[in-house]
Amino acid sequence: MSTKTIANQNPRDRVSDFLQKYKVGAFFQKYTMTIALVAVTIGFSLWPGYEGRILLPSNITALIQENAYVFVLATGMLLCILTGGNIDLSVGSVVCFTAAIGCVMMAAGAHMLLAVLVMLLIGLGIGAFQGFWIAKIRVPAFIATLAGMYAFRGFSNVVLNGYRVDISNQSFLQLFGSGKTSYVPDFIRDIFPGLNEVFTKENTSLASFIGENFVTKFNVTCMCIGLVAVIAYIVIKVRKILVQKKLGISQSIPGQIIAMVLISALVLWMSFQLSCNRGLPMMLIWIALVLGVYAYITTKTAIGRHLYAVGGNEKATALSGIKTRNVYWFAYANIGLLAGLAGILTAGRAKGIDPVYGEGYEMDAIAACFIGGASAYGGTGKVSGMIIGALLMGVINKGMAIVGVDANYQKVVKGIVLLIAVMFDVLSKRQKR
Amino acid sequence: MGKILLEMRNITKTFPGVKALDNVCFQVEEGEIHALVGENGAGKSTLMNVLSGIYPHGTYTGDIIYDGQVCRFSTIKDSERLGIVIIHQELALVPEMTIGENMYLGNECGHRFAINWNQTYSEADKYLRMVGLEESSKVQVKTIGTGKQQLVEIAKALAKKARLLILDEPTSSLNEEDSRALLDLMLSFKKQGMTMIIITHKLNEVAYVADKITVLRDGATIETIDNHGPEPVSEERIIRGMVGREMTNRFPRRENVPIGDVRMEVSHWTVHHPLYPERKVVDDVSMYVRQGEVVGIYGLMGAGRTELAMSIFGKSYGVNFSGELRLDGKPVRMHRSEADAIRHRIAYVTEDRKGNGLVLSQSIKVNTSLANLGAISSHTVIDGDREYAVAEEYREKLKIKTPSVEQLVGNLSGGNQQKVLLAKWMFAEPDILLLDEPTRGIDVGAKYEIYCIINDLAAAGKCVVLISSELPEVLGMSDRIYIMNEARIVAEMRAEDATQENIMTAILRSGREAL
Repeated sequence: MSTKTIANQNPRDRVSDFLQKYKVGAFFQKYTMTIALVAVTIGFSLWPGYEGRILLPSNITALIQENAYVFVLATGMLLCILTGGNIDLSVGSVVCFTAAIGCVMMAAGAHMLLAVLVMLLIGLGIGAFQGFWIAKIRVPAFIATLAGMYAFRGFSNVVLNGYRVDISNQSFLQLFGSGKTSYVPDFIRDIFPGLNEVFTKENTSLASFIGENFVTKFNVTCMCIGLVAVIAYIVIKVRKILVQKKLGISQSIPGQIIAMVLISALVLWMSFQLSCNRGLPMMLIWIALVLGVYAYITTKTAIGRHLYAVGGNEKATALSGIKTRNVYWFAYANIGLLAGLAGILTAGRAKGIDPVYGEGYEMDAIAACFIGGASAYGGTGKVSGMIIGALLMGVINKGMAIVGVDANYQKVVKGIVLLIAVMFDVLSKRQKR
Repeated sequence: MGKILLEMRNITKTFPGVKALDNVCFQVEEGEIHALVGENGAGKSTLMNVLSGIYPHGTYTGDIIYDGQVCRFSTIKDSERLGIVIIHQELALVPEMTIGENMYLGNECGHRFAINWNQTYSEADKYLRMVGLEESSKVQVKTIGTGKQQLVEIAKALAKKARLLILDEPTSSLNEEDSRALLDLMLSFKKQGMTMIIITHKLNEVAYVADKITVLRDGATIETIDNHGPEPVSEERIIRGMVGREMTNRFPRRENVPIGDVRMEVSHWTVHHPLYPERKVVDDVSMYVRQGEVVGIYGLMGAGRTELAMSIFGKSYGVNFSGELRLDGKPVRMHRSEADAIRHRIAYVTEDRKGNGLVLSQSIKVNTSLANLGAISSHTVIDGDREYAVAEEYREKLKIKTPSVEQLVGNLSGGNQQKVLLAKWMFAEPDILLLDEPTRGIDVGAKYEIYCIINDLAAAGKCVVLISSELPEVLGMSDRIYIMNEARIVAEMRAEDATQENIMTAILRSGREAL
């Protein structure tokens, strides 16, 4: 009997040896949501009757523009969640309120830049005000921001008098909107008019590569920006790997190179697709700016470190000479500022503001953070994870809209995704013990 | 020889990658107190979790024979039904609930949908008297002290009709007096025929209560020592089993460091309790530390040692401060700010490393730099490479056992966590280190290494204040000793003059004077 059990165990051992050697389990654990994102995208692009539809250039642009507010708000929310699972329920209302002020100002003829500045400052002010209650008076964040959620929804209605206000300021719409004009113009073609001769249907090799329908409109600037971004990324990454090697930091170098190649390929593919469809949307610039700045803040700066430390162990952080109250205050003032920016983008996309805009935005932002692996107790979570979370939600929404799923069921699916994502997170942490 | 109540035979338990228990055999006679000792990670708690059914039958191999029957527990309830009750190290009481509610939590009197509160409280009171508690069972748990809470845990176990009581580090959060009372209570239970297993790090307690001592090391039983001889088993004898070598010297010798000038001095330092401002937690304390000196502060739990250290460290504890703090002879007006204290090169290494010291969800690297981020960053931007290099340097210097400084601190053993905490404060480049119970809850080998670090710090000209509730530690490590009792310093001795006896006498005498 003993020989039999040994014989039975052997292949299983071999499989588990293989899994251990190549860290398959750890890989899946770390990249669960990335894999899910890829799987969902492939799933929708193979959907019978709608093959490839979700990957069309116009849909990719739309995906970015429709989810701009999620990226911006989720970034702010992530910082709050890092401080200990605190959330900000008021952002939806603050988005509406700042947008309302800005729209009314512009309708009254104020300069666009002044309106933008005022919107950002009001967002920052509201954030700082709520942060004051949370950090100094120690009102639980949930309650302080719930109060803000009611109050600023009410104020929005007051400012708007209950009616929609439209934006007619074209330069505002061009910078922050998502209409036909809200793309980075193809200035490379303007500088080198000769390029127009190259990008023609007659140039068959190029036309077949880009696609007959797109070749004449192909946005060279967008493609160039993509290329420059990729080259800069590779240079930075390679330098980082070299430094790691010098210091003897043990991180899998092949793994990092594979990740680098995959990300570069993705960015190039994206810029190609965008170039086929009018070029680089302004929205994407704002999103990239916010994500880049906050990825840097959270990983490289002292205040970023303080956010993680407070969420991980507030008492230890205080005893390390860090003013924990200011950390909370920073997080909430910051999300106010980003809510102001989200208000600008929301108003720009809708070409105006309606008193009900922004409802439920806070929940989308919270969901993106948690799907992206932020801990509900604070202390862990990354901007990169949050991006994946927001993209996953965005792709699911877009995909379901394309294949024609009822809007009500879309919400059901969102709920299920959130639950499953957090379940994975909890289970993977439990295994470690 | 009495009847064998419990026998655990060839228990082997593996976790992914580690063999936590390896063919452990363990016998307990009816009516004895059996001590289970071993270093951290030796497998004591795992063994008891196997016994109580936390690790259900099938997840381990081997047999549990209890009262002549082979048992296969799949939940804690199964083992409790047979009278095996475990009291965990961390108290498992709900602070907001009453003692009675806590005692019958999950085991409610009466019907599931109609709890019989009269029966609950009268029964609870009965058991409270048995453990010598005068409190009513209708009192909220949060209003009584830790010592009494531990007794409530025992009363709770009795209410479950315990025959075999397992106590996991029952005295780790108790002061000497309460510990003694608890051990005496155990002895009185023994007279009534109860069988007990006690897991503890405090070897003097083992020698005091245990009939037999089983030593575990690296998941295996090393030996079982009989403690019925005329002389109690010596601590050295037990330690030899635990570490596998004779610890001839538990404290490393310190090179003769010249002791310099007074660096820090407090005079007439008085601090009041933050919640009850009329109560003094530090009362008119005057003390000083010289360069290169290790000053021990000994006192029983609640004597005000932690309060003294924390109030010096940027007034991080207490209200209504009075008195003077001098650094290098100059009076310092410190604000209520930890950052201010760090700027004045004072470091406070907390006694509660998990609660107040470390961010467990972050890496060794992040924890090491946390108290001195300025040193590795320019314009608040952190230089990741410098941070890594610093963490590596301290990992080597303090011999932190870890594959990498990117490892999460939560995954380290207690001794290594303590070293990370020390690394963090050494990196803050203090001149004065207030070390509060730096060896609490860590094993003998790691303790020795911490002692070596303390000696190195003193040799480097730092001032070290060593707060401890372990007398041998204070005696073995200090140049000079202050003895605290009831918020005051009651005696000061040079190390040469200090003995266990005259320190305890000083405490007792001061207690009598207060009366």
